[in-house]
Amino acid sequence: MMSGWPLLSLVTFLPLVGAGFIFCVRGSDEVVAQNARHAALWTSLLTFVLSIFLWVDFDVRTSDFQFVETRAWIPAFGITYKMGIDGVSLLFVLLSTFLTPICILASWEAIETRVREYMISFLVLETMMVGMFCALDMVLFYIFFEGVLIPMFLIIGVWGGKRRVYSAFKFFLYTLAGSVLMLLAILFIYFETETTDIPALLNIYIEPNVQFWLWLAFFASFAVKVPMWPVHTWLPDAHVEAPTAGSVILAGVLLKMGAYGFLRFSVPMLPDASVFFTPFVYVLSIIAIIYTSLVALVQEDMKKLIAYSSVAHMGFVTLGTFTGNVQGVEGALFTMLSHGIVSGALFLIVGVIYDRMHTREIARYGGLVHRMPLYAFVFMVMMLASVGLPGTSGFVGEFLSLAGAFQANTWAALFATTGIILGAAYMLYLYRRVVFGELTRQDLKNITDLNLREKIIFAPLVVLVLWMGIYPKPFLDVFAASSGPIAARYHAAKTAAVLQPGIFSLIAEKPE
Amino acid sequence: MGENGFNFMPAWPELFLAVGGMLLLMIGVFRGPKGREAAATWSPAHAINARSVTWLAIGLLVITAFIVSGQPIERSVIFAGMFVSDAFSIFAKLLILLGSALTLILAIDYNEREQMARFEYAVLILFATVGMMAMVSANDLISLYLGLELQSLSLYVVAAFRRDSLQSTEAGLKYFVLGALSSGMLLYGASLVYGFAGTTSFPGLAAIVADQAAEAPLGLIFGLVFVSAGLAFKVAAAPFHMWTPDVYEGSPTPVTAFFSVAPKIAATALFVRVMIEPFGALGDQWWQIIWVISILSMGLGAFAAINQTNIKRLMAYSSIGHIGYALVGLVSGDETGVRGVLTYVAIYLFMNVATFAVILCMRRQGKSVERIDDLSGLATTQPLLAAALAICMFSMSGIPPLAGFFGKLYVFLPAIAAGYYGLAVIGVLTSVVSAFYYLRVVKIMYFDEPAPAFDQPIGTAMCIVLAGTSLFTLLFFVYPAPLLGAAAVAAAALFAG
Repeated sequence: MMSGWPLLSLVTFLPLVGAGFIFCVRGSDEVVAQNARHAALWTSLLTFVLSIFLWVDFDVRTSDFQFVETRAWIPAFGITYKMGIDGVSLLFVLLSTFLTPICILASWEAIETRVREYMISFLVLETMMVGMFCALDMVLFYIFFEGVLIPMFLIIGVWGGKRRVYSAFKFFLYTLAGSVLMLLAILFIYFETETTDIPALLNIYIEPNVQFWLWLAFFASFAVKVPMWPVHTWLPDAHVEAPTAGSVILAGVLLKMGAYGFLRFSVPMLPDASVFFTPFVYVLSIIAIIYTSLVALVQEDMKKLIAYSSVAHMGFVTLGTFTGNVQGVEGALFTMLSHGIVSGALFLIVGVIYDRMHTREIARYGGLVHRMPLYAFVFMVMMLASVGLPGTSGFVGEFLSLAGAFQANTWAALFATTGIILGAAYMLYLYRRVVFGELTRQDLKNITDLNLREKIIFAPLVVLVLWMGIYPKPFLDVFAASSGPIAARYHAAKTAAVLQPGIFSLIAEKPE
Repeated sequence: MGENGFNFMPAWPELFLAVGGMLLLMIGVFRGPKGREAAATWSPAHAINARSVTWLAIGLLVITAFIVSGQPIERSVIFAGMFVSDAFSIFAKLLILLGSALTLILAIDYNEREQMARFEYAVLILFATVGMMAMVSANDLISLYLGLELQSLSLYVVAAFRRDSLQSTEAGLKYFVLGALSSGMLLYGASLVYGFAGTTSFPGLAAIVADQAAEAPLGLIFGLVFVSAGLAFKVAAAPFHMWTPDVYEGSPTPVTAFFSVAPKIAATALFVRVMIEPFGALGDQWWQIIWVISILSMGLGAFAAINQTNIKRLMAYSSIGHIGYALVGLVSGDETGVRGVLTYVAIYLFMNVATFAVILCMRRQGKSVERIDDLSGLATTQPLLAAALAICMFSMSGIPPLAGFFGKLYVFLPAIAAGYYGLAVIGVLTSVVSAFYYLRVVKIMYFDEPAPAFDQPIGTAMCIVLAGTSLFTLLFFVYPAPLLGAAAVAAAALFAG
């Protein structure tokens, strides 16, 4: 429909244009704030509309990169500006463009100070996120991947809660420390293969012993971003202190960057090392699923609870990714997408009552269903989706991941499944304490239900969660063509078994 | 070599600038306050004189830059092999001239406010610039030393330019004593080299060294070590950095700004030329020296800066760290490495000038303030100023897509290519540590409660410099090809011979 347009560049850089516009707005504080809000909202909505054309024109039958744009950029190093998407990245581009207007709407009243800077940060953030999913050159990818840190650092640090400074620093330095090692890996790949072109690199075989080190370098970066246990500790802090919209983007999109990295680089480019490290990833994923679920069970702060649940859900993603079969990879992708929407929605749900009561302590609530029936309904849908009830988006992803894991390693599947039970436990427990029971607290007696703005925010989220749960085919179709080659690469490497597993073989090898 | 005793063309820029500097000296003396008035305490008459001389000096620097860029990029050697002009020297000279001109602009208003505006300042900067240009064009240990001393002597004086300030004179004295020591080391090394090689000319040395590379005489190696130590001192690399924090803190701020760019770039370029041209064949020996210096500088720059409270001192440690990164490119000692060094210093020039422009804007009720905490809440009181400094800080910590990231990219690539993995890993990890203190500056500006605003307005010339350099830092990623291409040509010139 819009062929011939550099659609990906438009989607990527349109938010930047909006940011530039907001930067130029002059006038009194009130005028600037109101203009910034509207400009940001309309820019992000327009971006979202444009990105829908990507899906419309997307050919789900091929695993090739589509909408490819190439421009010379740094000729001295052969680094090009190359953008393109395939089945792995398409829906994450849409997730980013979908969540951004929702976040801006959610910040409409919650953010009162320095609105202009806030909206600029958010739009810059959107450019970085979309660009990262579209980049087909490793250096370009790295630039977007790291560039995210600057706006996010400011969002947490300026508009965050009490311990915002500590959290912002922790977030920034943790992720930076992981990423710089990836930069060295990228430079090494460039030096070895003389290219940073991702499609080309997918067809270049790298020596297994080199793969070993490169895999570790990439892992350092992606594991922090996912985050995997034990490098997840920045996440609860960042989530608790970030403003609501910041948490939404953090959980919704930024965590997906690490998992996306695994699927884009680690597994397809370094398959031998991926096979070798599979048991290691399984162990970390299972610890993440069980341990962080248990930690979530005892949280007293709602945001912290959801933050820990994110770590657990991302455990399913890493588990599914490294099963190396089609179900597992599709399951990982679907879980990522579903988690992006569900956890985002859960943070918005916390945000709704935080805006009213200015506390996130679970014990301060109870019996909200009496005053806020609609809110209770939305909360229930999202809670059940997070638990993975059939009919919601959470089920499809976790089911596929576990089905994949079961084929790859029965024990891993067994342990991971206990995580689902624990997940049900902490989410239901949270829901019971906040929504059910008697409405005893005096200050809750006058709490109001969702207003129009909040209804507009939640309606698409609820629809999407149910759609993905009841009729997931359109989404799975997008993933299908691209998961195949990833699984095939992994399978080939597994058959070859160039790198022999060492100490982890005891727990991980499936008895034949 | 096509030498021609009467061919002055390659040295035109230096000659022009030197003569121009002397003319300006005359103009300053004859047009300014005369007699007892000139020697007496500062008066606005000095300021008027200084302002016109400074603008003339900036004009001279710009014209010289045009002359330099018009020079042929082919290598030409004159003055009996003492002086060389090639793409490398042209690239370095352009950076030096740009750095001098920009920091001179920054100095005008500041010097007047601080009642230290005297025309000698601009003249001294011009002479220092001539020295630096001679340094990067040196083709002989003797001409190297001449250029270096012309530069250093001018720098000692400008460090102590606020002559009735104890701190400033102390900085000048310290710089002088330690600088003399380092010059002594350099000379000692040079004489050892001469003693064992029998020549001081770079091509001559290169031939002898290449001949004896397998079993170079110990004395020659010793000489090389001393020369490297002397040069490391001039670029302020650890462990020869001791003077830097005190001199940076004590000198008047425009002088610090100048120190942190032009002389640094000149010394780095000289360092690269000396290591690659005469001693290139001894790469197996000297890479270890550079390796150690580089790691120590990066580490010191990262860790020592954490506890600083004075922003100029912070920038001193930051500059030590940056030299460490630039030297990472030199360790590999090949063409991509040199290209990395040149790109790094070029980008560093812009970030640093922008940072110092903001530091120069830090004044309340007419008095300059230098504590980092004085920046508190700048994002609310002066958002544009804060944004400019934040861009520089993120860029210095190497966060993409800002310019500083590209600098790091181009120095780490050759290190990886040449197999110096340990160096690269330590390098990137120290960059994470240093990100901490750069972020602290951003934190103080953006997260903390606002302090009273700084004095406004900040002056048109200052505004233009600040906007230009920070926009360069911000938007470098859009079109990085020209700078990289120029650096590549410059680097290739060193390896052509």
